[in-house]
Amino acid sequence: MPMLHTVNKSPFEHQVLETCLRFARPGSSVLLIEDGVYAAAKGTAVSARLAEALKTVKVYALVADLAARGMQNRVMDGVRLVDYGGFVDLVAEHDAVQSWL
Amino acid sequence: MAEEDGGGTVKRFLYVNRKAPHGTIYAHESLEVVLIGAAFEQDVSLAFVGDGVYQLVKGQDTKGLESKNFSPTFRALEDYDVTKLYVEQEALEARGLGEADLVVPVQVVSAARLAEIMEAQDVVLSF
Repeated sequence: MPMLHTVNKSPFEHQVLETCLRFARPGSSVLLIEDGVYAAAKGTAVSARLAEALKTVKVYALVADLAARGMQNRVMDGVRLVDYGGFVDLVAEHDAVQSWL
Repeated sequence: MAEEDGGGTVKRFLYVNRKAPHGTIYAHESLEVVLIGAAFEQDVSLAFVGDGVYQLVKGQDTKGLESKNFSPTFRALEDYDVTKLYVEQEALEARGLGEADLVVPVQVVSAARLAEIMEAQDVVLSF
């Protein structure tokens, strides 16, 4: 059954996103929160990696965390934006949540 | 290195900012220390390295987090005679950012140049 993965670390200073994507099976969902949302920006050194992941998993980013970091207008195509209510919905819709800290 | 300046010794201080602004408290704490230190009339420089460059990104809106948006405070540094802000060029490029995306005027320098600047300091504080 599909799993929800959350990533809260910057992809530039940590390996967390890379580890998560290695374990995220096709059809699962990845929610970027806190400093994890920097991975959603277009035109960066990790954009190609995320674009590759988008072929097999759904990627979401928390709007409040994007806005706090000035990243709200830099999100790459294919990444879906969710608010806190959407975060709760994602948790409810998936069988299990794995928080990659 | 340090030179006498009337009442006291003036040292070269470099604050190295390496963390993104809101995920941890480091960035905000660093800025607090810089502002306090500025009152002592030292020769202060700031470096933004790696994710530290995110501290200066325009358009930060923290209402949704109910935490303080301290990015406008960087614009006040000039009033404290803190005008030497160095930003790592490689870090900006890796993050798809340019000078126009930042809240204050900075000097964009290569990591190699920044390393030279670091070596020229009396005190380096890393956050």
